[in-house]
Amino acid sequence: MSMKIERDQRRFREIVRGKIRENLRKYITRDEMIGRKGKDLVSIPVPYLDVPHFRFGRNGNGGVGSGEGDVGTPVGQGGDAEGGQGQAGSDPGAHVLEVEISLDELAAIMAEELELPRIEPKGAANIQQQKSRYTSIRRTGPESLRHFRRTYMQALRRQISSNSYIPERPRVVPIQDDRRYRSWQTTIEPEAKAVAIYMMDVSGSMTDEQKEIVRTEAFWIDTWLSSQYDGIEVQYIIHDAAAKVVDEHTFYHTRESGGTRISSAYRACIQLIDAKYSPSDWNIYCFQFSDGDNWGEDNEQSITLLRDRLLPAANQFCYGQVESPYGSGEYLKALETAFGHKHEKLVLSDIENKAGIYESIKLFLGKGK
Amino acid sequence: MAIITYDPLPDTLAAYQGAIEENARSYGLDFFPTIFELVDADQLNAIAAYGGFPTRYPHWRFGMEYERLSKGYHYGLQKIYELVINNDPCYAYLMSSNSLTDQKLVMAHVYGHCDFFKNNAWFSHTNRKMMDDMANHGNRIRRYMERFGQEEVEEFIDCCLSIEDLIDIHAPFIRRRREEVGKDRFPQADAEDPLPPPGKFRAKDYMDRYINPPAALAAETERLRQKREQQEHFPSEPMTDVMLFVLEHAPLKPWQLDVLTILRDEAYYFAPQGQTKIMNEGWASYWHSTIMTQRQLLPEEVIHYCDHHAGTMATSSTRLNPYKLGIELFRDIEDRWNKGRFGKEYEECDDLTARAKWDTGAGRGREKIFEVRRIHNDLTFIDTFLTLEFCRQHKLFKFGYNGRADVYEIETREFPQVKEQLLFNLTNAGRPRIRVVDGNHKNRGEMVLEHAYHGVELKADYARDTLANLFKLWKRPVHIVTVLENVPTTLSFDGSEHTSKSQQAAADIKRK
Repeated sequence: MSMKIERDQRRFREIVRGKIRENLRKYITRDEMIGRKGKDLVSIPVPYLDVPHFRFGRNGNGGVGSGEGDVGTPVGQGGDAEGGQGQAGSDPGAHVLEVEISLDELAAIMAEELELPRIEPKGAANIQQQKSRYTSIRRTGPESLRHFRRTYMQALRRQISSNSYIPERPRVVPIQDDRRYRSWQTTIEPEAKAVAIYMMDVSGSMTDEQKEIVRTEAFWIDTWLSSQYDGIEVQYIIHDAAAKVVDEHTFYHTRESGGTRISSAYRACIQLIDAKYSPSDWNIYCFQFSDGDNWGEDNEQSITLLRDRLLPAANQFCYGQVESPYGSGEYLKALETAFGHKHEKLVLSDIENKAGIYESIKLFLGKGK
Repeated sequence: MAIITYDPLPDTLAAYQGAIEENARSYGLDFFPTIFELVDADQLNAIAAYGGFPTRYPHWRFGMEYERLSKGYHYGLQKIYELVINNDPCYAYLMSSNSLTDQKLVMAHVYGHCDFFKNNAWFSHTNRKMMDDMANHGNRIRRYMERFGQEEVEEFIDCCLSIEDLIDIHAPFIRRRREEVGKDRFPQADAEDPLPPPGKFRAKDYMDRYINPPAALAAETERLRQKREQQEHFPSEPMTDVMLFVLEHAPLKPWQLDVLTILRDEAYYFAPQGQTKIMNEGWASYWHSTIMTQRQLLPEEVIHYCDHHAGTMATSSTRLNPYKLGIELFRDIEDRWNKGRFGKEYEECDDLTARAKWDTGAGRGREKIFEVRRIHNDLTFIDTFLTLEFCRQHKLFKFGYNGRADVYEIETREFPQVKEQLLFNLTNAGRPRIRVVDGNHKNRGEMVLEHAYHGVELKADYARDTLANLFKLWKRPVHIVTVLENVPTTLSFDGSEHTSKSQQAAADIKRK
């Protein structure tokens, strides 16, 4: 019996992809996805693709049920109890369908939609190195690679199951069949090296909402860059008046308070680059997020550091300024005055609210450097 | 052309099939030859996604259904036990991974369905060679897709599906009108020729005003005028079968007409299954339970059987389980007719203890349920046999939506309201009743639909999307007269924008 269902399923998936593309903004601004990072797959709920019919609205959507309870006892949430028809299953109702999509695929969809160019790497680019790793076990192989422990374990297993193992006189003798050998796999390790350095202002003037925006945006940038470079390295720096290099978890979860010295983050960033990421070998992407409320006298210092050290080293330096109810947002202006609008490597973005994330990502990644 | 080839069942199962078929026959069940096919879970999910017909036309919604079913199966949330097709011969599918006890249960259940398909009056007009015809439909649509492009055909199918429930489920049984196919689409708009004078009786002059009184003549003229006006109205009477109306009058290409015809045929084929869900499942469950417990069950299978039977019968607070409601009602009917709890004398008895003990030994239960399965559908079944006692015993209640708290909550346990609500949910399969009232609105070929409003409003966004799809078929502006937020409203779509006119505008249309 030949099944054409795969074809229909593929067709459905294509439509869903289109649907995801339409609603991309929505998915991008949703932060729960960050929580799910780590698994390769994210579930994206898509509305049950329904063919529209004339049907009853909710206002009269009562039904008959059975069970205990007094008048007034709630029996279901507004969203889920659909109609309570006598006809279970005849009406699909408003199910939410979850479609699993890999992060890479999502990045690809995002790239198509945002028209992101593929990044051309520099450095010891395009050189892929083959490496052998002993990762698995086989039943045949050269004696030099024999895995003794596995071999004896197999022998023991065989003896127990064939009832020839005597616990009082434990003697395990492997036979040919028991022998196990180490085996290798060849893996290709890319030599194109890239590092993304995220700097976030966690000073008191940054509200939770703004940090959320930064996190969401950083997450998506990360997703895109990971799809471009295998094994991209990521560094996180948080700063208020002083900066420190932190791990991913801390970066996404810290609440601090205090003043703001952007130059401190720049210094930390420069130290990192000097120590580990030589600009000649590495593609360096810097992303800085702040509400732009820097200490007045620090601006000059920051801009000097940026001009003399960071910009020459980085492929691209992105500054995203989140609008803040408290901050003056003057740093963006200071940068504009210092570098002008069209600096080759510096990208400036003003993120008004969550909806602005989409445009901002497009701005940051749209250059393909 | 049924190109599906079936492997015969393995011997054990074939033997059980023989035995169960014999059991079923001995109880008086009467069915088409039944062919069982053993398939694995993926195949079963795929077949189920196609509504039972593996050769159906390609469409994304089958893929979606498959995705849902197979996800549900792989996560262990749901599992299809049985799938049976109304066809002669009946086809039924068994899942190969099921235990033997389950297979027996399913077979017994399937024979209940087969008997129901063959004998229930509402199925009497369904196509019993649907397996072949579906394959045929599939081929035709696939051919159109090759010729005219998948996108184009699929988009057209989507539009047709928007009105697939606007059919006249009683049409197979009633001849509503003469076939209008081939009639002019728009009756002569220039039919201004004067009415022929009403027939006068021959009379001498001096007798004329007695034999042909002017008042009578005037009345006759008026009657003729009205009759003609009615004829000019298009359609002459409101039409429930919107699909047919579109089929006959919309400017569609030949392949589109064929696709629409196919989808309409399938809608009519599936309609009785929606109309008899409770009865059909109840009947099949009654018989699997009877056959299994009286004939087939081995002692070591009892626990397993009970577990699965109970799973099938599980109820939830917001969805009546048709299996449960059906089987209990059939059992209740059987019990009542066995004990003579029917008829005038019983109905009029007010003495509760007497009623509770009532037993005339009538013993007509089996006979009665066979009669019920022959003539009723869910609506008449509930209407006739849902009693106050049953409602109390099974703790039925009516629930409704409480907008303030955004929850559904129990509204009442009073029997009349509960029954009314249940009947309402079953009427027209729980869908709004919609008819075409005008196919040439304002003499501009616009279509006007009318929603028979009985206190429940349409879902407005769905209604708009549906209109948009209908427009793609009708190709002229489409309107629906309904009530939104308690105000009579006409929703319209003219191909580029949606409009919504309340009250006054709606009144104009009605006056016309």
